[in-house]
Amino acid sequence: MFQRIIQLLLKEFLQLRRDRSARFRLLIPPIVQMLLFGYAATFEVFNVATVMLDQDHTQESRALVDSFVHSSRFELVAVADDRRQVQAAVESSKAQLGIVVPPGFAELLRKGQSAPLQVLVDGTNSNTALIALGYAGQISGAFGQTYAQDLAQRTGRALGRPLVSVKLEERYWYNPNLNSRWFFVPGVIGTLTLITIVNLTAFAIVREREVGTLEQILVTPIRPVEFIIGKTLPFFFIGLLEVSIVTAVGMWWFRVPFEGNLLVLLFGTCLFLISVLAIGLLISTLCKTQQQAFASNFFILNPMFILSGFSFPIATMPQALQWITYVDPLRYFLIIIRATYLKGVGIDILWPQMATLAALGFGLFGVAILRFSKSLD
Amino acid sequence: MSACAAVAIEVDGLEKRFGALTAVAGLSFSVRPGEIFGLVGPDGAGKTTAMRMLASVMRPDAGRIVIDGIDVLASPEQAKSHISYMPQRFGLYEDLTVDENIRFYADLFDVPARVWQARAEKLLAAADMTPFRRRLAGQLSGGMKQKLGLACSLVHTPKVLLLDEPTTGVDPLSRREFWQILYSLRSEGVAMLISTAYLDEAERCDRIAMLNAGTMMYCDTPAALKERMPGAMLEIITPDPRAAHDAVRGLPGVRGVLMVGTGIHVHVDSGERRTQIAAALTAAGIGIESLEEVAPSIEDLFLALLEQDGAGEGG
Repeated sequence: MFQRIIQLLLKEFLQLRRDRSARFRLLIPPIVQMLLFGYAATFEVFNVATVMLDQDHTQESRALVDSFVHSSRFELVAVADDRRQVQAAVESSKAQLGIVVPPGFAELLRKGQSAPLQVLVDGTNSNTALIALGYAGQISGAFGQTYAQDLAQRTGRALGRPLVSVKLEERYWYNPNLNSRWFFVPGVIGTLTLITIVNLTAFAIVREREVGTLEQILVTPIRPVEFIIGKTLPFFFIGLLEVSIVTAVGMWWFRVPFEGNLLVLLFGTCLFLISVLAIGLLISTLCKTQQQAFASNFFILNPMFILSGFSFPIATMPQALQWITYVDPLRYFLIIIRATYLKGVGIDILWPQMATLAALGFGLFGVAILRFSKSLD
Repeated sequence: MSACAAVAIEVDGLEKRFGALTAVAGLSFSVRPGEIFGLVGPDGAGKTTAMRMLASVMRPDAGRIVIDGIDVLASPEQAKSHISYMPQRFGLYEDLTVDENIRFYADLFDVPARVWQARAEKLLAAADMTPFRRRLAGQLSGGMKQKLGLACSLVHTPKVLLLDEPTTGVDPLSRREFWQILYSLRSEGVAMLISTAYLDEAERCDRIAMLNAGTMMYCDTPAALKERMPGAMLEIITPDPRAAHDAVRGLPGVRGVLMVGTGIHVHVDSGERRTQIAAALTAAGIGIESLEEVAPSIEDLFLALLEQDGAGEGG
């Protein structure tokens, strides 16, 4: 039995060694994607294109405009002369944010009253809009506070109300600078592994079916289980290699600190790979041609990615979708990899995820083996 | 192990249905060691389905298959080590070399290295492929691929060889070498079951079974089957076979007409019809280069027997 599995394994690596494009597909895309994700995937908002309309033309209004311009969050792309120009700039996507200082702005401030500031935001990308608006609020709030303190001093507290406020003392644990790269890089490792290994596994088996070698092998005394193990084991090793490479890029290129124990991550990765191989195997049982496999992969992997909590919080999903996330292996692996990376926790904390991942992996693998045996008839 | 089984393959009441379609119905036959047994019949007659059930990649709905004393349905894994199945397109790994392909199949059958190396050398020499051992299978010609497939399926010295139209699309030279290998296996006592669309190949078999719509119509030696054909076969060589075909069809005593290359084969109820047919052709202005009574080919026979059954006379 072991002899035959080993032979299958050797054959698989021999084929891989000979297939230059497969080796390329194995190494280069994950690294390129890792770099892309590392640089491009970020929630932070900088340099929001901003158009200004100052209808007040006072020292105060200019000071406010300055405080926007001097923050790295906003970039002044145009100064408008009237409201129509503001609208035109936002409509043509030249600017994403319009700030209008209405006439009488300074007058109200000098009287110690609240002064309105209009902010027009292009809400097409709701996420960016919300974040930009938050920054605008912070800047105008700070401006108001400084102005009020100043005014109070100048007028001997006759104007400018005494300030009562709650001041937040923020401490962000595990990611003190809220660097979203720290959040994304570990997630990308999981996602890339899922996509690459499911693809490789599904394609490798479907190819044998397509070429006719699968049937040829099955008329030999080899058992379906032996075939499956011999056929998936190479991709298990390739998966481990892939995780190592991508993790190395994350640690040494992007300098994302690894706080935890590498062995814990390795163990979690092994459990995750079992699920991943099973999914690849399942897809291969549903498909007769590589083209079908390609379509199915897209159909299955995309939802898994979206429901994994990679970037969209599971807690905000509708209840029904939240239930589905419980069978998404990526969900558990992301928790494991992020926790080992950033929090540095061990199995004592992560065992529920590990156990679920193991159950899910062996369950899926069992179903895959049953389906595979059936698909041969 | 039944070292001296008198029967290598025994099939009894084999049946397979796909929904409403009965692909194989009540198929029974047996093959002796060293015998080449042919399955002939039109497409869809159930040849491939029968082969796949024997190779235990498909389960029959009813019936029994015993190969070398082993019940295939009860212990398929055990039976598989004695069987070799070679389909129309043998599943080769095109990115592996000739040697690596053979080695892979040898390993799947747990053949010790020394044994398979000697065997591969012999098989490749017989297939005239020794110079190509290090070539990738994907770079071989169609005929060579099939010969390599045969070598892969023989590397574990099977007792039963199942060949499903193995020479379809193979060049004549490779086909001849292919058959030479099959003949040499007779002395090893390998029982061979071969389905073929080439009737000249069917004539090379020791016995043939004619399948139609999933049932076996006839099973005998090619010579005996020919004797069963009632009437006689006339071969007429003519410059215009199509016109001759149309002129002869429908004449009294003519049971069937088949166009064959340079002329026609006319199946008649008696050889004495020849003068009558010659006269009819001359009357229609069709030239006759020769008109002779010939031994029927398997193809003639097959059509004649089908016709006879179609006429409701029964076999």
